[in-house]
Amino acid sequence: MNSQVQIAVEKYGKDASRLMDMFHHLMHEKGFVDDEDLNQMAEALDISKVDAEQTLSYYHFFNKKSRGKFSIYLNNSLVSQMMGRAEIAEAFEKATATEFGKVSADGMFGLFNTSCIGMNDQEPAAIINGVVFPKITTYRVRELIREFRAGKTAPEMINSYGGGQNQSSLVQAMVTNNLNRRGSVIFADYTPGEALKKLPNMKSRDIIEEVKNSNLRGRGGAGFPVGLKWDFCTKSPSEDRYLLCNADEGEPGTFKDRVILTETPHLLFEGMIIAGYAIGAKEGILYLRLEYEYLEKLLESVLDNFRKKGLLGKNVLGIEGFNFDIRIQFGAGAYVCGEESALIESCEGKRGEPRNRPPFPVQVGYLNKPTVVNNVETLCSVVKIILNGAEWYKSMGTKESSGTKLLSISGDVKYPGVFEIEWGMTIHEMLEMSGAMHPKAVQVGGPSGRLIAENEFERTICYEDLPTGGAMIVLGQNRNILEVALNFTEFFIEESCGSCAPCRYLTVILRNKLKKIMDGKGVAKDIDDLVHWGQQMKKANRCGLGQTAANPILTSIENFKQDYMTKIEKGKEFDTKFNLEAAIQESSRAVGRFPQTY
Amino acid sequence: MSEQVKFTIDGKACKTQKGTNLVEAAKENGIYIPVLCHLEGIKPAGSCRICNVKVNGRFMTACTTEVSDGMVIENITPEIQELRKIIVETLFVSGNHFCPACEKSGNCELQALGYRYQMMVPRFPYEFEEKEVDATSQKFYIDRNRCVLCKRCVRSVKTKDGKSIFAILGRGHQAVINIDHELANQLSDEEAQEVMNTCPVGSILKKERGYVDPIGSRKYDNKPIGSEIEQITNL
Repeated sequence: MNSQVQIAVEKYGKDASRLMDMFHHLMHEKGFVDDEDLNQMAEALDISKVDAEQTLSYYHFFNKKSRGKFSIYLNNSLVSQMMGRAEIAEAFEKATATEFGKVSADGMFGLFNTSCIGMNDQEPAAIINGVVFPKITTYRVRELIREFRAGKTAPEMINSYGGGQNQSSLVQAMVTNNLNRRGSVIFADYTPGEALKKLPNMKSRDIIEEVKNSNLRGRGGAGFPVGLKWDFCTKSPSEDRYLLCNADEGEPGTFKDRVILTETPHLLFEGMIIAGYAIGAKEGILYLRLEYEYLEKLLESVLDNFRKKGLLGKNVLGIEGFNFDIRIQFGAGAYVCGEESALIESCEGKRGEPRNRPPFPVQVGYLNKPTVVNNVETLCSVVKIILNGAEWYKSMGTKESSGTKLLSISGDVKYPGVFEIEWGMTIHEMLEMSGAMHPKAVQVGGPSGRLIAENEFERTICYEDLPTGGAMIVLGQNRNILEVALNFTEFFIEESCGSCAPCRYLTVILRNKLKKIMDGKGVAKDIDDLVHWGQQMKKANRCGLGQTAANPILTSIENFKQDYMTKIEKGKEFDTKFNLEAAIQESSRAVGRFPQTY
Repeated sequence: MSEQVKFTIDGKACKTQKGTNLVEAAKENGIYIPVLCHLEGIKPAGSCRICNVKVNGRFMTACTTEVSDGMVIENITPEIQELRKIIVETLFVSGNHFCPACEKSGNCELQALGYRYQMMVPRFPYEFEEKEVDATSQKFYIDRNRCVLCKRCVRSVKTKDGKSIFAILGRGHQAVINIDHELANQLSDEEAQEVMNTCPVGSILKKERGYVDPIGSRKYDNKPIGSEIEQITNL
């Protein structure tokens, strides 16, 4: 057997549910996982090769062929585009003499597009061999390629350290935090370990009640009451339970978890311990997107420290019988894995496809055991609720939305970054706070959210009015709304798991129709079709991602219909620019006959 | 003894055993809910979405829903029928379906649903994407032009020791069915025939066996799909 396959398989106890980790091992060692590897893995794990390949082929950052000595993943999210991605992409293509999607003839450089990498506040950004290169300029592109050719490695090209923990010897990243506003919960001053001291004097029931009383709701976007979720989980009879933390943060425009993971990872792990204690979990898993791999050493060192202090392991905090540890599970580039049941599937070594429900993860989750999946920000909030009490927490925010919310603000603003606000701020205030420049629209909650226009700027950010996971992309007056809708729709096409027929292909149909309009070939009926077809997505698809995949088109038509109207052919009922001759060229060539034109 | 539950479909009073899934429960009561990915006896996938119904006002796939007492189900409403028609049309344009030349024509569930939902021509433009035909296996070939990714083969075809012969490759609109040829070659002729029967369309075909039923005696030549379930045909 190929030695690397053997090492990978044995490292993870020949357990097929750790397939993701085995692939990561091989990717690190070889840069690809080929048919030979798959055959050997299948044999060693006693599964069929197609099952192994099913997992491998699902993830963007796994590949069967080498993606070059330097694999360059350039973000193609909307904000990257707004900040000049096209120019950077061209510079990369020119410098490497390679096209995007390909590897250079000498095997040196691979150029690939990638969905939002959580750096919207410092775009255009790319990941090269795991190293994040933010704020890339054409000058920098030429320098990088020149130096790589001369023998430098990606880490050797790090030429600055961002602030805070990015400077730590364990991180040394060029990423900047842009933590522009600390609030009273997540980023308030805190002595690590303070909240945990309360744990030995609290029963699991007390914690759940406190969290319930705080009215804390899930911060990932869906807003499910956290205490209730924990309660459901503890009521599912089982010996084993699991706590999963969702650090997949794939919604384009969100990067708040990146800052938490960099600056206060101890807070997150404390939150996981508290939650683990509350639900009676035996293990916690931090599901971390591969884009944040540069934080691995830092996070592992914090976990090691916790173990040394008796905060993880056997009888945690001296509480008899509370055995709990945390492991990090890396994703590999799949937006859908941010959906909790898809995340569970991914943790089990499968393709990240959302499950049918019921049963819910709190009943049947990871390894079929009751499982709670909570967002990074949610778990951090829990720590402060336990420390300061539910009443303190409820004193902030609005009636139904207690506490604070982290916003990831990017786009046409002077101060892109993370802002911790109390729920209840208006969009208008948010724009002022971040120094928005002539805002025309705001994408609230990323592509799966809503594109709003000025008439909604007085609405307030809270569950009662305008709920959000916190991604705020500000669009200035000169931005093309149809380009926005196109970028987001293509994102959904790229990221669909492909299980539900409408999400798999109706998105493609919608994109093509949108392009028709953008090419000046649309008529009024095309806009109506987009609306009617788009509305089916909400009804038809299984998961929240598929249900919202038409939102960019639907909400942009709802709020910026004029932008569509100016692009269509006026007074026409069908596309009069259709060119019959051009359309039949291919078949004419095939049969060797060309029609006479009169 | 299992418990009886009462529910309604489009106002009609129905009953079944507790725990029955909605597709089967409807069938017991003479009501047809269209399915494409669902196959009795295997774990429902809820992936084609054509069995969408409204359960107590909310869209749910019938194949993944267990009936409970007092459920109010809407099955045939203009909104739901339109959704189903759109799904059928989407599936037609997402592949390359040339019915007249297909071995499965007349026995194909997608084609039959096209008729049932009175699709004259899909409202969506065809893209005619290039798809691969894989004839490597000894017993059957896979024509990906016709695949609707229902995953019936993925879910139901296993070796004796439980290994998958079919799986998904890739994701999104580029996902295709992948086949483990080595394991597939170990299937008997009868099992291979069973695999072909599992496929609702003409994507998995047993080799050396095409166009067996003459036109006129094929499954859906005389009666529309679902009519075997319905007492009153209500298209």
